[in-house]
Amino acid sequence: MKARAEKLAQRILLVIALSAISSLILIALFIFKEGTPIMVKMGLRRFLFSSEWEPQAGLFGIYPMIVASLWVTLGAMLIGAPLGIAGAIFLNEFVPKTVLRIVKPAIELLAGIPSVVYGFIGVMVLAPLIRNHLGGPGLSILAAAVILGVMILPTVISISTDAIGAVPNSYREGALALGATRWQAVHMVILKAARSGIIASIILAMGRAIGETMAVIMVAGNTVKLPHSVLNSARTLTATIAFEMASATGRHREALFAIGVVLFVIIMLLNSFATVILRGRTTRA
Amino acid sequence: MTAEIKFSVRRLCAFHGRAESLRSITLDVPDHRILGIIGPASSGKTTFLRTLNRLNDLIPDFRATGQVLLDSADIYQPDFDVVGLRKRVGMVFALPVPLPMSIHDNITYGPRLAGVRDRQQLYDIVERTLQAAFLWDEVKDRLHSSALRLSGGQQQRLCLARVLAMEPEVVLLDEPCSGLDPISTAKIEEALVALKIRYSIILVTNNTKQASRVADDTAFFLMGELVEHGLTEQIFTVPRDQRTGDYITGRFG
Repeated sequence: MKARAEKLAQRILLVIALSAISSLILIALFIFKEGTPIMVKMGLRRFLFSSEWEPQAGLFGIYPMIVASLWVTLGAMLIGAPLGIAGAIFLNEFVPKTVLRIVKPAIELLAGIPSVVYGFIGVMVLAPLIRNHLGGPGLSILAAAVILGVMILPTVISISTDAIGAVPNSYREGALALGATRWQAVHMVILKAARSGIIASIILAMGRAIGETMAVIMVAGNTVKLPHSVLNSARTLTATIAFEMASATGRHREALFAIGVVLFVIIMLLNSFATVILRGRTTRA
Repeated sequence: MTAEIKFSVRRLCAFHGRAESLRSITLDVPDHRILGIIGPASSGKTTFLRTLNRLNDLIPDFRATGQVLLDSADIYQPDFDVVGLRKRVGMVFALPVPLPMSIHDNITYGPRLAGVRDRQQLYDIVERTLQAAFLWDEVKDRLHSSALRLSGGQQQRLCLARVLAMEPEVVLLDEPCSGLDPISTAKIEEALVALKIRYSIILVTNNTKQASRVADDTAFFLMGELVEHGLTEQIFTVPRDQRTGDYITGRFG
């Protein structure tokens, strides 16, 4: 009797565990099934690298969106990564532990703010600032990059502080006992020891930035044109899907799924990269 | 025993929060000699050692009173240059802590902090200090491989070489052989005896035999108090204090 109950529980848990994995597999299969035919028909190169996106005319070139996504992500990383890493160093090395214990959860709370709210602040505050002081339409790649830069801070700070906090205290003391200043100990020893964790935090944040949709739709301006400066407005890959999916049919719809495939591949690559780096750390230590 | 006094400690008390971990220590450390500090666990040996290079400053609720004079300058004066102090007073820890970089870079870390950039000069420092720590022959062919791959005994000698590369005046060792096999221990001891010509050495050890082998002077700590301090020979043959005798003959501790 007992053995049967045990077995039953095992089976149920197995089904639940499998359903999580299988939903991932199903989603992947579905996207690839819907998205790959048009890439094959058009030719991958034309799909990825031509600049005409005119669904009515049957032209599907996503190059401007790829460029927009990459610019926005790169900008977000340039803003978010240094700020986040500097913040993590400061919290770990230069303030008492109690401050870390209070501030870190607060920063992680930033991740809980809905992206619409970030977008709203971008539209109401950031875009007018850029329009008035730097020119352009305001709703631009720059605005999206700044907003995303703030949005990825919790990811960068939280994983980086964990990595820096995991550096054995003996390294710290060892460096200081050799006559290093606090800062020399940080940049010559602690950052080296925590390097893989910090890199992983940046890669995960990058995945988040590329995949973010709502905030970017609201502040990037959404014109499908190859951007020439960060003050131009642009439309990212994710924004395109969100915008057009409701009204798309036929090949247009297939093209949107194909964009999904491109995003899927990019994010998979980034994530597996991060996993490899993190795993490298545990085997080395 | 007319050697020059390097460290002069006067009525040093230390506190971790409320707990008093050192009780009015007064002690002189002469130059070019090895001072062995013995005593049971939590007798304040390590705390004492770490007050000499102010490494205890890193502990949030640590406080020290009294005077610690290095060449007659009080190192606990607020304007005393702590970073400079740690360059003059090197330290080897109980657990070897090679930094996560190559053997070569571990040793040149200190000199590079001090601004030495010349490659040949750095290489000379590496060779000289590894020789002095009796490690050169074992690692000379793999100076650029990671220091983390060395054995425990080798790592500890590397840490000693790294301290020597700073050209310190005093070398502090905190139970440097506690995790090592007898052969590695013998090598470290050999190195220390050879090194006292140039440095003043303070060796905290749990191993009373080690103190009797290498130390010129020995101090016995118990519960944060300095019970007895004198020539090693005298401490080990005719201790003045009953407790010292009991400890070194193994009756407690």
